[in-house]
Amino acid sequence: MNLFSFVRKQRPPQSAQTAKDRLQILLAHERSGGGAGKADYLPMLQRDIVAAIRKYVPIEEKDVDVRMERGEQMSSLEINIELPQAASPKAG
Amino acid sequence: MTTEPKNNPPLGRVIVITSGKGGVGKTTSAAAISAGLAKQGFRTVVIDFDVGLRNLDMIMGCERRVVFDFINVIQGDAKLKQALIKDKRLDTLSILPTSQTRDKDALTKEGVEQILKELKAEFDYIVCDSPAGIERGAQMAMYFADEAVVVTNPEVSSVRDSDRVLGLLSSQTKRAETSGAEPIKAQVLLTRYDQARVDIGEMMTVDDVLEILAVPLLGVIPESKAILRASNVGTPVVLDGPSAAAQAYEDAVSRLTGSDVEMRIVGERRPGLFQRLFGRAS
Ligand SMILES: Nc1ncnc2c1ncn2[C@@H]1O[C@H](COP(=O)(O)OP(=O)(O)OP(=O)(O)O)[C@@H](O)[C@H]1O
Ligand SMILES: [Mg+2]
Repeated sequence: MNLFSFVRKQRPPQSAQTAKDRLQILLAHERSGGGAGKADYLPMLQRDIVAAIRKYVPIEEKDVDVRMERGEQMSSLEINIELPQAASPKAG
Repeated sequence: MTTEPKNNPPLGRVIVITSGKGGVGKTTSAAAISAGLAKQGFRTVVIDFDVGLRNLDMIMGCERRVVFDFINVIQGDAKLKQALIKDKRLDTLSILPTSQTRDKDALTKEGVEQILKELKAEFDYIVCDSPAGIERGAQMAMYFADEAVVVTNPEVSSVRDSDRVLGLLSSQTKRAETSGAEPIKAQVLLTRYDQARVDIGEMMTVDDVLEILAVPLLGVIPESKAILRASNVGTPVVLDGPSAAAQAYEDAVSRLTGSDVEMRIVGERRPGLFQRLFGRAS
């Protein structure tokens, strides 16, 4: 232990730890995705969702909004679907 | 000093952050400038043109929220609105991330033009973070620009490459090819400037660099510890608390939007007691 490690202990460089944490989470996802860095099924998932909803309500591709937030333990997928003003089920 | 242009028709100005040389601070500057513009109330989007080497997302701190990218939109796999990530700190700021994998040829001139056209209808400023070099990615980033910020370090190879890029801006861009169009407004942003080293003649001065490049100066960003801290935590430096670098970027942003801000070179920090007692360490 030298003088400098003592000085460092007094004031921990917190932002460096944040950098490391962020990288670990990101790279874990990127590596598992074959280096893709994102879930490549999302465009297809989006298409399927649109197709499924269209059976009942007339919506456009652009009315579906897929958001993702990757976390350490789990990731969350947020899907927002904007229904047309006078959206009413086709049948029923 | 917050302006509220939110309800006015969008300005739709395209600004490329470019340099030729790599690692001079383009992405840092793109993040700081776009956040600075958004902070002033301008609807701003920042686009990562560095296909294959996505980094702007980390500097902006939205890397966990990337779903679609620039190339997805060009190839029609996603709508622009779906690929834009809204900044959580400033509601006037959005990020359009680049693709991490797809090859650079996916960046077509037509595709880029279409996206910029859509963005111009909604945003006041469209800030394009160029990749290093003068290849396709860099050409695409600058081609449709109205203004250019040429990021330069006070160092020989950076200044030389900036000169090269200034040449390209005035010849290989839409504005250059369109007769009668105003040329791109190019300005130099001098970054990693170290006044102490300038003072002892180790580093070229602002005037030295300007004399060589002969274009207007947008600002001088000091070498600053705040930059690494900001990138560690994924916050553009202008949103990461007061620092000399943040102040310098804010000044540059004000000049970009037309304010007449006096040019000042802000130092990193006053020497602390330790330094005053034992002399300068760094
Ligand atoms: N004013 C500054 N003071 C200290 N460090 C800085 C400053 N500006 C940039 N840096 C550091 O320089 C490095 C390169 O910065 P940045 O990634 O922004 O460059 P770039 O031009 O985008 O690089 P590339 O050409 O690879 O895209 C980073 O580590 C960044 O933290
Ligand atoms: Mg970069």
